Amino acid sequence: MADRPHHPPDDDGLIGRRGMLKCMAWAGTGVLWTVSGGVASSMLVESAAAEPMSSGLNFLQISDTHLGFNKAANPDPVATLHESIAHAKALPGNPAFVIHTGDITHLSKPEQFDMADQILKDLNLPVFHVPGEHDTLDDGNGKIYLDRYGPMTKAKGTGYYSFDHSGVHFIALINVVGLQGNGGSTLGADQIQWLADDVAHLRSSTPIVVFAHIPLWDVYTPWGWSTSDAPAAFEHLKRFGSVTVLNGHIHQVIEKVEGNITFHTARSTAYPQPAPGVGPAPGPLTVPAGELRSVLGVREVKLVRGRHDLAIIDQTLAASA
Amino acid sequence: MFRLSSHYPYLIAGGLVVAAIGVTQAPSPAQAADAGIVAKIANFAFAPPTLTVHAGGVVTWTNADDDPHTVVADNGAFKSHALDTGDSFTQAFATPGVYSYHCSLHPYMVGKIVVQR
Repeated sequence: MADRPHHPPDDDGLIGRRGMLKCMAWAGTGVLWTVSGGVASSMLVESAAAEPMSSGLNFLQISDTHLGFNKAANPDPVATLHESIAHAKALPGNPAFVIHTGDITHLSKPEQFDMADQILKDLNLPVFHVPGEHDTLDDGNGKIYLDRYGPMTKAKGTGYYSFDHSGVHFIALINVVGLQGNGGSTLGADQIQWLADDVAHLRSSTPIVVFAHIPLWDVYTPWGWSTSDAPAAFEHLKRFGSVTVLNGHIHQVIEKVEGNITFHTARSTAYPQPAPGVGPAPGPLTVPAGELRSVLGVREVKLVRGRHDLAIIDQTLAASA
Repeated sequence: MFRLSSHYPYLIAGGLVVAAIGVTQAPSPAQAADAGIVAKIANFAFAPPTLTVHAGGVVTWTNADDDPHTVVADNGAFKSHALDTGDSFTQAFATPGVYSYHCSLHPYMVGKIVVQR
């Protein structure tokens, strides 16, 4: 993977890295986040591009592909996923793998999982999954998901797991299974205990990346955009100098810094949702014709060695339009 | 805590024996004392949030949202499949009592069926 080439202009109509970055800056959609000591700052990616390429770890985040959805908000999520893959391949850096933060499918049907796997194969990278609530709608409450993706990561319980890459510890948490009425999203005591054990042996200087489907912070609880027992989980991550939390579920980018922890939700590749509390309900949002691609996107995350920073680049599908 | 294999959709809880009948097994409206009460799922809410039926009554929920929802009894007595846009779920209520339910995808969506004699 180290010899994966950068992406020059090609006959797909994709544009080169520098041209894309310029275009992103021009469109105002590309913002690079640098997180250091718990304080986030941002700059346009055009100026960021002047910096030397990272020699550390790069990876991609893709979220909420919702294959099987076909309503007005986006009648063809397969097409926009293909476009997302093309964008991801054109991003700067050489990503080592992909994190998919859930809602792979719309209705948990095997053929929808098949389609997602087939399209994501085009990236030629390992894909690490967590399920969204749309991926656990089968009669087995997620058995289809777990049978398909659990073995690769030796997932425990409802599907949680961890792995290490380039000195970073990655933790996949599940907060979409076993939800109770009148409640919200939860991790559950078993998973939180597993997390405590999982990180017990790590040095506090180890960068931590946590990913889950539903936000692990209170974005908007009346719409279920939170995880009620997340604070108990983060108690076990307090001692670490750098904790980055990646979520999906709400189909838009929202960020927050809380002490050593930075939280980032991601765009969907399928359809947008309203801003928190705007409108009667958090259903699929139909935007004016021609604007859909400006609200869909993918994300690149970059660890800069020696700086202990994670840089996060969110890019919409409209950036090269 | 939440083992995938431990879910039983048909539970007998709190001493109430509840007939948990899926769509295909629901009695026809002619057989039901309180047939065909219609509930709506729209804008991520059950409407009306509380419905009163007589014992033997049947309730049918139809999803009007562009997002799927489910109808799941809090005590596990009944559970629909995921209802996509336009899909319906019918449940008979044989035994008097109060049945609280929610959407398992969006558990803040809650409703109640009051079954009277």
